[in-house]
Amino acid sequence: MMLAASASTGWFLENAFLIPLIPAIGFAIIIGFGRRLPKGGSEVGIASMALSLAIAIGATVQWIQRVGSVDEGSGEHALGGVFGFARSVFPAASEGGKGEAYVEPVIRSWTWWQSGGLEFGLGQHIDGLAVMLLLLVAFISLLVQVFSTEYVAGDRRYTHFFAALTLFSAGMLVMVLAENMIQLILGWEIMGLCSFMLIGHWWEEEANSRAALKAFFTVRVGDMGLLVGTAIIFFGANQWAVENGSNGFSIQAISGWAMSGEASSSVLFWGAVALFIACIGKSGQFPLHTWLPDAMAGPTPVSSLLHSSTMVVAGVFLVARLYPVFYTGFDIGGTNVNLIAVIGAITIVIAAALAFVQNDIKKVLAYSTVSQLGYMMLGLGVGAWLPAVFHIFTHAFFKCCLFLAAGSISHSGSHHSFDMKKDMGGLWRKMPITAGSWMISTAALCGVPFFSGFFSKDEIIDNAHNNGYTFFYYVGLVGAAMTAAYMTRATYLTFFGQPRGAAAGEHHDEHGDAHADDHDAHADDHGHDAHDDHHGAHAGPHESPWRITAPLVILAALAIGSGYLNAPAVGTHYFTDWVEPRGAAVELNAYAADDGHSEALGLAALPRAEEGYSEGCGYTDPAPGTVCYAPKLNHAEFSWGKAAPSIILVAFGIGVSAWLSLGVFGGRRNPFAGLTRRFAPARWIHTFLVRKYFLDDLYERVIVRSVAHPISKAAYWVNQNILDGVVNGVGKSGRSAGDWVYRNVDQRVVDGAVKASGVVASESGHALQPIQSGRVNQYGALLFGAATVGAILLILLNI
Amino acid sequence: MQTLTNDNWLLTVGTFLPLVGVALMMFVPASDERAHKQIGIVTSAATLAIGIWTLLRFDFDQSEKLQFFADSEWITVIRSNYTIGLDGISLPLYVLSMVVTLLVMIYTWDNMPDAGNPKSFISLMLVLQVGMAGSFIAQDLILFFVFFEVVLLPMYFMIGVWGGDDRQYASLKFFLYTMFGSALMLVAFLALFFQTGAESFSFHHLAEAGALIDRDVQVWIFAGMFIGFAVKVPMFPFHTWLPDAHTQAPTQGSVILAAILLKLGTYGFVRIAIPMLPQGAKAWAPVIGILAVIGIIYGALGCLAQTDMKRLIAFSSVAHMGFVMLGISTLTEFGINAALFGMVAHGLITGMLFFLAGSVKHRYHTLEIGRLSGMLIQMPRLGWILGFAAMASLGLPGLAGFWGEFPAILAAYNPNFGLDVTLYRTLMVIAALGTVLAAAYLLWLYQRTAFGRPNPEFTGTHSVGAAAADDHHGADIHDVTPIEWIAWTPFLIAIVVFGVYPQLMFDVMDPAVTALVERVGAGIP
Repeated sequence: MMLAASASTGWFLENAFLIPLIPAIGFAIIIGFGRRLPKGGSEVGIASMALSLAIAIGATVQWIQRVGSVDEGSGEHALGGVFGFARSVFPAASEGGKGEAYVEPVIRSWTWWQSGGLEFGLGQHIDGLAVMLLLLVAFISLLVQVFSTEYVAGDRRYTHFFAALTLFSAGMLVMVLAENMIQLILGWEIMGLCSFMLIGHWWEEEANSRAALKAFFTVRVGDMGLLVGTAIIFFGANQWAVENGSNGFSIQAISGWAMSGEASSSVLFWGAVALFIACIGKSGQFPLHTWLPDAMAGPTPVSSLLHSSTMVVAGVFLVARLYPVFYTGFDIGGTNVNLIAVIGAITIVIAAALAFVQNDIKKVLAYSTVSQLGYMMLGLGVGAWLPAVFHIFTHAFFKCCLFLAAGSISHSGSHHSFDMKKDMGGLWRKMPITAGSWMISTAALCGVPFFSGFFSKDEIIDNAHNNGYTFFYYVGLVGAAMTAAYMTRATYLTFFGQPRGAAAGEHHDEHGDAHADDHDAHADDHGHDAHDDHHGAHAGPHESPWRITAPLVILAALAIGSGYLNAPAVGTHYFTDWVEPRGAAVELNAYAADDGHSEALGLAALPRAEEGYSEGCGYTDPAPGTVCYAPKLNHAEFSWGKAAPSIILVAFGIGVSAWLSLGVFGGRRNPFAGLTRRFAPARWIHTFLVRKYFLDDLYERVIVRSVAHPISKAAYWVNQNILDGVVNGVGKSGRSAGDWVYRNVDQRVVDGAVKASGVVASESGHALQPIQSGRVNQYGALLFGAATVGAILLILLNI
Repeated sequence: MQTLTNDNWLLTVGTFLPLVGVALMMFVPASDERAHKQIGIVTSAATLAIGIWTLLRFDFDQSEKLQFFADSEWITVIRSNYTIGLDGISLPLYVLSMVVTLLVMIYTWDNMPDAGNPKSFISLMLVLQVGMAGSFIAQDLILFFVFFEVVLLPMYFMIGVWGGDDRQYASLKFFLYTMFGSALMLVAFLALFFQTGAESFSFHHLAEAGALIDRDVQVWIFAGMFIGFAVKVPMFPFHTWLPDAHTQAPTQGSVILAAILLKLGTYGFVRIAIPMLPQGAKAWAPVIGILAVIGIIYGALGCLAQTDMKRLIAFSSVAHMGFVMLGISTLTEFGINAALFGMVAHGLITGMLFFLAGSVKHRYHTLEIGRLSGMLIQMPRLGWILGFAAMASLGLPGLAGFWGEFPAILAAYNPNFGLDVTLYRTLMVIAALGTVLAAAYLLWLYQRTAFGRPNPEFTGTHSVGAAAADDHHGADIHDVTPIEWIAWTPFLIAIVVFGVYPQLMFDVMDPAVTALVERVGAGIP
């Protein structure tokens, strides 16, 4: 390593690869020995997540220092230097003004596989985005595991549950710090596997195992795009990357190549399309969103983890991670419509509309997640990288909190039911902590000012407008109003009005057993002796124990607090400084080291382009010898005036929805009560929504069923009757040809000749001497013929 | 061609050692079943020990060179020599054949097929091992052909005698179909021999001289080899012997068939057909690619239509070998590396799946998917292993199957030697669709058999059906037995180890493959 680096580093940054490694080892320990441990393996899971979190915190602190050291132009701390690994890419950082200079990610890599003489690595790529998500995932995973110790206590597969949960987090963490595309695919697919295991956790019920299958399969459909897209990008980028001492899988090399101006725009476009298809599948975007609501069949902690910081965020992460590819591939800076924005916008609206007709509280939240993921995609699509990523961050806290609150209600309030209309209502009195954290998180989700969601979502909307994506600005506003409205409806049904069903203390056995979230340990060990009802030891609604409420309170606090990391309204922009990759060109020094192995991308300081909207990375190609790793993005200036439309719309959404809910569900006089019964178009729309736009019908009844039944049956029929028919036909005709030859040629012609010659011989012999020479001939020919045919028949018939 | 001739006795001993076991067994009466099983295990363990010794003596830094090379006169009248050697391409398959044979022997300890007579069964397996190992070390066409054919007969008897109800049809079909391929292959070998001046059958000579043959002649000779090897792989549309043979074969036969025998075909392409006839290979590559991709989709659809678990796994082989052939057809380093990795991975994974199918059959006396359910409740460990094998088979990264599948798809984006890019990119997308279908049939199988609650038919005490009548090993459905653990654990470990750290194998293969592709490139003007 020749070039001195000017950015500070540290042990945690250098060894961030331990963050996923620890839970991976934890998984192995739980699978191997979990059942013999006193707490069934959950202690290993929690310990490994806690350790990961500790390292992630260390890495975060050191990353912030690193950013600071670059910004101050100081940082004489040499970078770790050569590690003696097969390949390592250690570019140094450039210098520049505060918030402008490129901060070099901490990249390490070990040889993982090779082909065609190229070695491909496994390693870490630590930058602001990675650090933020590492911290987030480790933190949320830890809380969810603590919550789970109570929630699934006594479950028949308690150990397996924690094993899968731990591996799930490990998968996400591997993906987040992936140094290259293959490693990213590894983490991506491990999550797919774990989602299959966890959604199908109670696989005794067919509905659950079907949901698990559907989730895995739908995501897998999108994964086609990941494989194809990775291939396209690899071959597009490889030559450029190899010239610069890396290879076409390396995320940094891909970013540099995409911004270099040397990339073919059609390669970039198709690569981006293919990769985005994968994101559609993974992040539940329209039209592959249908697996996400069904995934609610899994235990609630799983939904919570899946929907906040792992799995569904993976697609958004992929776009954010390879943003240069998407940015240039779709020309995000230059047009005002592109695939990402369109898909994101459609998803926001259709998912929000579906959330209005759900009775299952988890399904409301599921569609809400889909809709919010649409916001993130929209943000990325309109060039609002930072607000979109910030929305990942804030959304994780309040969505996790909402799911855990739903779990808390089911655990202690509604007797394992998630049906808002049947088993809830009026719960706020019984479960004040749960209700309080739900309200705070709902406010955050709706984008009520001063809650975290406001600072992220409103920024997405504002930047859409600022970047010229006017249409998508209006979609964002509509979505905000819809979000506010459906969440108000769900809140009303759950916490207000008259208690119904289980929330009123009733208990239906058949319900509890049939429901997806039924599990072995019924909530009868929480000290509720005062509540004995006629059905036995089941209690009425009550507040959950601390292992459930503690995560709720922490998350609710963050549902407010996390927004202030980047709240332009109060003048903070830490997130922008620490997380956003800076679109500044840096010098590129490609050289091959002496040993032929540790080639490096060397980068030195370069005066950055002058301020301006038409220059710099993403606008002009970097000068020869320099490279950009990220486009230079604009940030909209915040003002309360610009935020006013969304605030008004949110208030309007809440107000209208509250009024309607009171009318429709609360029995107040209201012209809209019973509208779907009285007014046919309303009924049609309602049915259209309840049937989820008939997309499930299209997928399951038309596509899947036709492939699984008629098409595969037809293919198999062809196999058995045509291809195999030919084979059997050849066999049979060979045998009959043999028969025919035997009967007609051998017996008549050859044998006839033999016989005739025998006759001649015998007659001539008869004339001479009465010996049996004719017979000898005859017998010999017969014997020989019979042996030949017999041998063929023996083989053919296998006698 | 450079060769390393240290320890050249190793390969001969490693290949023919099983015959010592066969000879020993001749002197033991057939009634002493235990002794035969012991001899089988000890012999194959000794063979594997030689194999591991070979592995240790192998110079991994020069894996592109033939090592343990030996060359002595054999049939001088037709200029065929006993030429043997091992390089990075054949080493993994050579050792895999030894590992699989040992594990199958161990499995046989408890799971002798119903027809009995371990003496013949085990000696046939040992002979089979000679044929398999010999095919991978042979560096002379006639020698290769002899070993290639030696494999046929034991497998024919294994299916025909120890197979299922329809064994006679299946075994005959297997035998005749492969013979048909071999006949054309032999004609092609002879044509190649005479076209190169009838000097030698050695691979080295033919690879040098073959490239000089006129292009049109190469295309015709390649056609003969193509049919011979394609039947063995098997490629669509020559695959119809495979489901029957697999379904009817005893578990041991299915495992060996899937793990090693199919690879003789793909190995033949990589070792013989492509390097010896570069222009023929280039002309045929699009055909191979198209048939491979048809095989991927078609095999997957065939799987979805199956109602029998074992037949489903058999069809999945058609799909997986399609990925292998797709990789080969790109004629790139990436593709051929992927193909070689895919061969070993498929051997391990599908071999494992056939073991599982055998054990399920042993316990339930049926493999009908509709009747099996809730295996995870009745046999949790076996159910888990089935899930693991299914995940490996559908190409989950981190397990071995991925490294055969993904790089093959990747390679199709950019085929070598000016092959039609548009065609191959279309093939790539279709092949990627194959991964989706693989997930569909495997997980659907898993959902139906492992999830849910057990079929009441199998939960009682066997008073329900006549199934108990021929159950030799107790009346209850039990979880994995110790013998099964011993036989399976190496497979499971290998699937994880090669999946997590594929460099173990790529490191060995890549130099040899790079050299091979270079040689092919030199032969294409």
